[in-house]
Amino acid sequence: MNNRRVVITGMGIYSCLGKTLDEVKEALYTGKSGIVFDPVRKEMGFQSGLTAKLDTPNLKGIVDRAHRVYMSEEAQYAYLATADALKMAGLDQAYINAHPVGLLYGNDSSADAVVKSVDVMREKKNTRLVGSGAIFQSMNSTVTMNLGCLFKLRGINMTVSAACASGSHAIGLASLFIKWGLQDCIVCGGAQEVNPFSIGSFDGISAFSTREDAPTRASRPFDRDRDGLVPGGGAATVILESYESAVKRGAPIIAEVLGYGFSSNGDHISSPNVDGPRASLEMALREAGVSIEEIGYINAHATSTHIGDTNEAKAIYSVFGDKMPYVTSTKGQTGHEMWMAGASEVIYSILMMKNKFVAANLNFENPDEDSAKLNIPGKRVDNYEFDTFLSNSFGFGGTNSTLIIKNL
Amino acid sequence: MIEKMVTILADEFEVETSEITADAPIKETLHLDSLSLVDMVGLVDEEFGVTIQNSEIATIRTFGDLYEFVYARLA
Repeated sequence: MNNRRVVITGMGIYSCLGKTLDEVKEALYTGKSGIVFDPVRKEMGFQSGLTAKLDTPNLKGIVDRAHRVYMSEEAQYAYLATADALKMAGLDQAYINAHPVGLLYGNDSSADAVVKSVDVMREKKNTRLVGSGAIFQSMNSTVTMNLGCLFKLRGINMTVSAACASGSHAIGLASLFIKWGLQDCIVCGGAQEVNPFSIGSFDGISAFSTREDAPTRASRPFDRDRDGLVPGGGAATVILESYESAVKRGAPIIAEVLGYGFSSNGDHISSPNVDGPRASLEMALREAGVSIEEIGYINAHATSTHIGDTNEAKAIYSVFGDKMPYVTSTKGQTGHEMWMAGASEVIYSILMMKNKFVAANLNFENPDEDSAKLNIPGKRVDNYEFDTFLSNSFGFGGTNSTLIIKNL
Repeated sequence: MIEKMVTILADEFEVETSEITADAPIKETLHLDSLSLVDMVGLVDEEFGVTIQNSEIATIRTFGDLYEFVYARLA
């Protein structure tokens, strides 16, 4: 079996922290929050009107009308993030036309198009009135079917649906395709819609923070007084490539994917446990061939829920013990970017690694019994050089993914 | 009716109103394929309350054909 090195040669992002890598780096550095209060959600009967704030993309003049109607909200975010990532990687259309570039992207819903189509069908009793784009916007694979056509990609093409670990698993799986020699280059990442329809049922199970009087303080991973997550979204794309291919092309080599770990809890559908995440962490370390001392930073999954953050803290402590590196959850700034999070948090971590800082775990004011055992900075850590980080992503149904990435 | 039709079609399908003439072919002018043709049918239904059945669409080739069809149904 091949055992090729897998590197990252491009990144692009569309998030509540910014639409360029520079904007996002600056937001991480200054501790900007992307969270707002949305009164429309209250009118819709939401318990919490909190959400990340994203601008609606305007692709008019960029993508022709005939194709735009096929693009869901999250596909639009992903298109912009991917265009930037391809540009950074130096992957032009001539290269893509001559090589089978793959596509593995995390996404696990496309509710807005589904709801609007059903509304039309119920009211009009005529399926033809839902329009030509509805089917392509409604399917979970809306992102990959759109990106594959728009960028004329001809390699592996599929969506990874694994709840809030989707983006991380997409990168992990892509790394295996390249490691095993099945692909030289894969566009991967994660996307998340931000419209109210997509998370109304999530609000219904009281998963969200109700700290509506202080939106920027609502998402507070690991803090003793956390009261739930804040939904966010957007899209993040990373270009994975074999080291040989990147060198041959003269591409910018940003970092290396050293290891991918995964596990399934086989337990409760919404409550995470400790053993599943721990198994994912341990597998990633084994696959990466690194010791715990070599991990300079952990980007935790921690979403600001009580049980989730507690059990992740226990899992991290059980693996790292007194060799604890800095641990933060960037969700304090972004809210929970769900299907996108595993990919965006790799980008956030790389930006911090490249710029030698660890952003403050926003709103971490008081630890609880378990988070006190981690090394969580409530303030930004400056002049901190680390060359290897670990990123956790866990999802409903007990799916776990861990990536270990090294600076190059 | 024609003026309204021209305006909404030009707006939806992003073409110039001057391109929408009575003898111009609909599919070519609006850049429609077999998929997006349903968007024109939906627009006519929504804006004029006139439903074009699948069996009738083949008879509507030009904008002139479309105006006649809609007029006949509205009459």
